[in-house]
Amino acid sequence: MSTTMATPPKKVNRIGLELLPYRGSKTTLCAGCGHNSISERIVEVFFELGIEPWKVAKMSGIGCSSKTPAYFLSQAHGFNSVHGRSPAVSTGALLANKNLMGIVVTGDGDTASIGIGQFVHMLRRNVPLTYIIENNGVYGLTKGQFSATADRGSKQKTGVVNDMPPIDCCLLGIELGATLVARSFSGDKRQLSTILKACLSHRGLAIVDVISPCVTFNDHEGSTKSYSYVKDHEIPLQELDYVPYYQEIAVEMEEGEAREVRLHDGSLLRLKKLDRDYNPHSKMDAIRVIHDAEEKGEVVTGILYIEQGRETLEDMLNMVDEPLATLPLERVRPSRDALDQIMEEMR
Amino acid sequence: MSTIEVSPAAQRTGGEQAYRVVNDFSIQVATVNGSGSQTANSILMRSIFQMGIPVSGKNLFPSNIAGLPTWFTIRANRNGWVARKKEIDFLVAMNPETAREDVLKLEAGSAVVYDEPMKLKELRGDLHFYPVPFDKLVVPVCPEAKLRKLVRNMIYDGVVAQLLDIDMEEMRKALYKQFGPKKAKAADLNWNAILAGSKFAEENLPKQDPFRVERMDKTTGKIIIDGNAAAALGCVFAGCTVVTWYPITPSSSLVESMIGYLRRLRIDKETGKATFAVVQAEDELAAIGMVIGASWAGARAMTSTSGPGISLMSEFVGLGYYAEVPAVIFDVQRVGPSTGLPTRTMQGDLLTTALLSHGDTRHPMLFPSSPAECFEMAMNAFDFAERFQTPVFVMTDLDLGMNNWMADPFEYPTTPVDRGKVLTAEDLNKVEEFGRYRDVDGDGIPYRTLPGTPHPKAAYFTRGSGHNDKAQYTEREDDYVNNVDRLSRKFETMRAHTPAPELILNEKATVGIVCCGTSRYAVEESRDQLEREYGIETSYLRLKGYPFSGDLEQFIARHDRVYIVEQNRDAQLTALMRLDLPVQAIAKLRGIRYYGGMPLDARTVTDEFVSQEGL
Repeated sequence: MSTTMATPPKKVNRIGLELLPYRGSKTTLCAGCGHNSISERIVEVFFELGIEPWKVAKMSGIGCSSKTPAYFLSQAHGFNSVHGRSPAVSTGALLANKNLMGIVVTGDGDTASIGIGQFVHMLRRNVPLTYIIENNGVYGLTKGQFSATADRGSKQKTGVVNDMPPIDCCLLGIELGATLVARSFSGDKRQLSTILKACLSHRGLAIVDVISPCVTFNDHEGSTKSYSYVKDHEIPLQELDYVPYYQEIAVEMEEGEAREVRLHDGSLLRLKKLDRDYNPHSKMDAIRVIHDAEEKGEVVTGILYIEQGRETLEDMLNMVDEPLATLPLERVRPSRDALDQIMEEMR
Repeated sequence: MSTIEVSPAAQRTGGEQAYRVVNDFSIQVATVNGSGSQTANSILMRSIFQMGIPVSGKNLFPSNIAGLPTWFTIRANRNGWVARKKEIDFLVAMNPETAREDVLKLEAGSAVVYDEPMKLKELRGDLHFYPVPFDKLVVPVCPEAKLRKLVRNMIYDGVVAQLLDIDMEEMRKALYKQFGPKKAKAADLNWNAILAGSKFAEENLPKQDPFRVERMDKTTGKIIIDGNAAAALGCVFAGCTVVTWYPITPSSSLVESMIGYLRRLRIDKETGKATFAVVQAEDELAAIGMVIGASWAGARAMTSTSGPGISLMSEFVGLGYYAEVPAVIFDVQRVGPSTGLPTRTMQGDLLTTALLSHGDTRHPMLFPSSPAECFEMAMNAFDFAERFQTPVFVMTDLDLGMNNWMADPFEYPTTPVDRGKVLTAEDLNKVEEFGRYRDVDGDGIPYRTLPGTPHPKAAYFTRGSGHNDKAQYTEREDDYVNNVDRLSRKFETMRAHTPAPELILNEKATVGIVCCGTSRYAVEESRDQLEREYGIETSYLRLKGYPFSGDLEQFIARHDRVYIVEQNRDAQLTALMRLDLPVQAIAKLRGIRYYGGMPLDARTVTDEFVSQEGL
């Protein structure tokens, strides 16, 4: 036997893959950007859950946030498309191949300004995918202009104060048909990871609004999207716990201690009560909680709303089980008789 | 009321004389839109068609739901000329608002069937007038007052049938075909109205005009269909699986027909599930975005629109070009710019579509001219888009798309579909490295993989930003230039793959005529007029696609002068030729342009040709 030390085996996940294929190319965003933490969470979550990278379609629009699909899952196809138009491109991709797992990363400019038309219509369609909004309240690539999610009274680096009310993407999501709506903070690793896992286990449109500070243009005194502001004002709704379907439940909860939601793939989401009980199945409660927080200048995070069993776009279209993209010709070209009969009717 | 005193044109007002014009005239029915005249007009057209006489129908309608003037023109022509005829020979005046102007525009010797209270007879002395008391006639055949507005239209069918000698049995067949077995009761009611009209004409309207039909055998085996339905069928038989759209005139009926055919033909018998997805998008940006997404993921996806939609799709089409994603886009062209005349026809998007989007872009286009070509080119378009991994435009127009055409029945596709250069997981095992934008074969066309391909080498990152041949982000000068030069090479490769033009070379001709799409009908008839009336023989080339095939340059080289006939003000087709052709060829080009929004007619082409030739 050799006496030299064997190199320790690399860590692999439950499908035998190392971390590498879950990673992407090196980030080109600013050091300390919230978006980088979100990319790290995505890498971690997909690795931990043992999802084959090739099953995933990474979609985005244009902007700092939309660059990030290049920074995770190098073995998944990615599409950095057109500013504000990732909902349409993603919808098309999933119609072509319903087996793809769609993950969209966009920003507040992409979603709440130029792309709000596509965003709200994607909500109505309940397109089955995970839609992450990396929300920093400013346009980064064009050097710090306010976006439509900037809070009223929030200050720009130059001292300019935003006078207009913000568009709250979670409120829109709840109102217009998203079936899982959550808010988180890029600095809250545990909560964000758990929310992302819940999204991937959900069937339907999951919206996650992640406050993700822009260190270069919106991390100063007077900004309501700075690290320090969000740390000081974050109010988590519940303590979240996720048990994947392939794992046994180790800890049983006491009656009344937590709400449990069995997700579409069989995984369990636990929402442990914090200072008050919160019913994530109630639209009205969700809307109230968001408005209350806004009035107090607080950032309420956690699973705001979840609705299960609603028809997705794929269900509504009653599509065959196989991906449309690769159906063989004989299933998509009608017969010669069919054409002849139509011709006969037109004679 | 003023009366125009024009002496009757001797021949056309032959009265009881032997002068007869057989199977060569146009009928125009002037009504109010929303009055339900479409059914009556279709029956009239179809019954002439069933008598074996070549026929075409053109609906001239307003951008409005109900209450504005509309005209339906039927042309019967024994020689098979189906272009719009400029002159109206036989007017059915049902709309009091336009009747006066309609009558004043007629040539001497034309015939007018009209609603009696309008007293049109007083307007002119050189026409043949047939007053009909429609309101009086409709009462006994239609006891239900609510329906009379609709049934009234059938009465003119009966009157016209009697005056033109249309076989009543054919009219009956056309009527019952139109209503179908489920609406037999309604058909009976309408048939009685037709009979009432015919009987009234027989008893009260002695024939004065020379126009009539006689049975022929020139429509045997042919069908009647509009171009939009033909294109829809082409998409269904091409195996298109994802359809996204935003309603817009004159394109909506393309997707609506397609939805009907898909539901009929593409639901899996065993599972009851659809082998297609149709999404009505929130706007044209979303419609093309979904097509790009679906095609990227490997589906045969299409959308259909018109000029305003094309403008909105511009940004995505640039992405499709640069990121090399297939897409099939139908542009049923209407009159622009802006909202323009939404219900009139034009070849107005040729230039903007060929170069759509910012930066250096070029897009292939197909130019169908008939329903059969709509069907074939719809199928070609998917092959072309997937072969070349780029958006392809099928440039039809309102005239072709929304009007009913006599057509040859469509041929069932026998060639396999071309899904282009797609690497599967198995293929990837054999390649050392996959470079998404690498020109492996020297034709400018790279290989792609589809998302969901289970292979560690399959993935690549699609982006509209600068990319090298491995699809990696780059801002390097050489990477950029290499990539766009390859796109140019790819465009050149397309040249040999666009459908070959229709070509008629006349050895004696020194002058050639070139056109595309629906201009063909006027041009074909005009060439006949030029030969018969002026003794001029011409050669003819009809383009079927862009980039133009090399035949165009050779054609121009063979002739002293070449007239480009097109339906727009700015000579857009000619402008595209100027981008391609050598100077000596460009110097030979002349233009005949029409842009009034009506389907092009032969006389307009002939007159302009003659004037430019100084004849």
